[in-house]
Amino acid sequence: MLKRLATSREALLLGAILVLLALISTRFPAFITPSNLVGVFNDTSPLILLALGQMIVILTKCIDLSVAANLALTGMVVALVNVAAPGVPVAVILLVAITLGTIMGMFNGLLVWKVQIPPIVVTLGTMTIYRGIIFLLSDGKWVNAHEMSPAFKAFPRMELLGLPMLSWFGILAVILFYFIMTRTTLGRAFYAVGGNPHAAVYAGINVGYTQFWAYTISGALSGLAGYLWVSRYAVAYVDLAGGFELEVVAACVIGGVSIAGGLGTVAGTLLGALFLGIVKNALPVINISPFWQLAISGAAIIIAVVFNARANRTKGRVILKSAEQTA
Amino acid sequence: MSIASNHSIPDRLQSPLQRRLKSWEMLLLLVAIAIFIANSFASPYFLDAWNLSDATFNFTEKAMIAFAMALLIISGEIDLSVASIIALASTAMGAAVQIGADTPTLIIVGLAVGLAAGAFNGFLVTGLGLPSIVVTIGTMSLFRGIAYIVLGDQAYRGYPASFAYFGQGYVYWVFSFELVLFAMLAILYGILLHKTNFGRAVFAIGNNATGALFSGIRVNRVKFSLFLLTGLMSGVAAICLTSRLGSTRPSIALGWELEVVTMVVLGGVNILGGSGSIPGVVIAAFVMGLVTFGLGLLNVPGIVMSIVIGLLLISVIALPRLWAKMRRKS
Repeated sequence: MLKRLATSREALLLGAILVLLALISTRFPAFITPSNLVGVFNDTSPLILLALGQMIVILTKCIDLSVAANLALTGMVVALVNVAAPGVPVAVILLVAITLGTIMGMFNGLLVWKVQIPPIVVTLGTMTIYRGIIFLLSDGKWVNAHEMSPAFKAFPRMELLGLPMLSWFGILAVILFYFIMTRTTLGRAFYAVGGNPHAAVYAGINVGYTQFWAYTISGALSGLAGYLWVSRYAVAYVDLAGGFELEVVAACVIGGVSIAGGLGTVAGTLLGALFLGIVKNALPVINISPFWQLAISGAAIIIAVVFNARANRTKGRVILKSAEQTA
Repeated sequence: MSIASNHSIPDRLQSPLQRRLKSWEMLLLLVAIAIFIANSFASPYFLDAWNLSDATFNFTEKAMIAFAMALLIISGEIDLSVASIIALASTAMGAAVQIGADTPTLIIVGLAVGLAAGAFNGFLVTGLGLPSIVVTIGTMSLFRGIAYIVLGDQAYRGYPASFAYFGQGYVYWVFSFELVLFAMLAILYGILLHKTNFGRAVFAIGNNATGALFSGIRVNRVKFSLFLLTGLMSGVAAICLTSRLGSTRPSIALGWELEVVTMVVLGGVNILGGSGSIPGVVIAAFVMGLVTFGLGLLNVPGIVMSIVIGLLLISVIALPRLWAKMRRKS
């Protein structure tokens, strides 16, 4: 048990993150103070939310390239709602954001499930469509901080037990997803569909329907992140979070989610996102130009995928580990 | 990427599928003609030889990469790093200019960087057996990251006057160098894919890589050369684009990888590999170019064009499937 834990991907990744933190602390000790680490976690929370959604989509052998566009469109809509009706309570805004994100996710899911268009084509298409719609809605204009109501902007910063709400959403999502993936039939279905679609069909799992749900959940999280992002940075515009979809996929890949489907964990995805978040936050403070960030995350993806390939070869895709051990 | 299984029999041997493939190109051609007519009614400035010629810059550079990408996707792989290779090659050329390189040297530098980047992708995919979509998402960040490290927020300028020909020169009257190059490459790639053993091997690998291996096709070698080709074409596109813009920024050609893939898929290439044609990609390039140009003349911003392209992409693929479904039911 202990040996398996020590050699697991998550342990390796955690080790890598700790080494990274240690290296940073030699150059800039203040980086590893608790308050700064909380800040880093807070910064990474939107990435964690989207990466968890992306994880289940990738588990089912699909990919969702529309998450950043979904985030940006939802963010723009709630910002415009806020401008038009500043009195609308945050709870309603949250509901609007999640509903809208869910609808966009469902649209992706339906095209994959019912029309059977390859996932990469669907989300490539909806990505550009969603981005275009932002322009139509906003006429290309920015919604700036002074146009948003104070309550709208304050929510993600609101502190609860010393942590901002934004962080709490990240933590809640991790806990919720841990339970979905390990304790529910839906979670099992995600693994089964990606691990072996044909076997899943014989086990009575509707492959397309499961993929539809993966997209729906990914969309809902993108919508939620859309409001949080826009209210936190207090600005909404067409190119908001441009290219973020690839960072999200990268977090999953670094976290050990196999692009071939069926293999990946919540803990791994969380660590993958944190790895990218720490790199992004640490570069400026240790006096490395942020221009290095892209190259570093690119190299991290390549190294991670080399490791992944090895892990896949030795471990296989076992979804019922406990059952196999007792047998 | 998807669970839909590849066809076990090559499409080219199936006559009904072949017919459907042809009808796809016909459909695209009709779309292109419709857009052309709509454009000429929508704006009096459309039917002008110089304007039309200028409009070709909208797609020629992307289409050069799309040809190589079509082959790669037919073989069942993908290269998302092409736009970053442009940035890398352009940065290298810019750096060469700073130490006084002349035009022939710049061409060699651009092509060499493209080939080297393609070889790197090819090695990771075929040498280490990694999935190309992840590898090239990684190298996409890596290559553009290097461009950012070198350039920061600066730009390289000062390209020699003779270098401008590749992006701004005209070979004959209104036919730009890029348009002529595009036409030549279209013919070359058409022959390569549809008339040679190499092209046959590409289709075979996309349909059944294991089967291809057992029939004596050196799968990894073919795939490696396809990555070299996308790298090389990115180098060619980098030369044209850099010459046209006259400067290099690290954000050059940002997001082009998705437009190139869109062009390929719109051209009827199966994203799962195994089928597709160069004429389809050529028509798709014109469709995308005409849409951009027409909307531009109507003062519709570029971003709205993306809605049209996105809708086009999804509906062109969805409509035949929905239609077939409805016919089965009735």
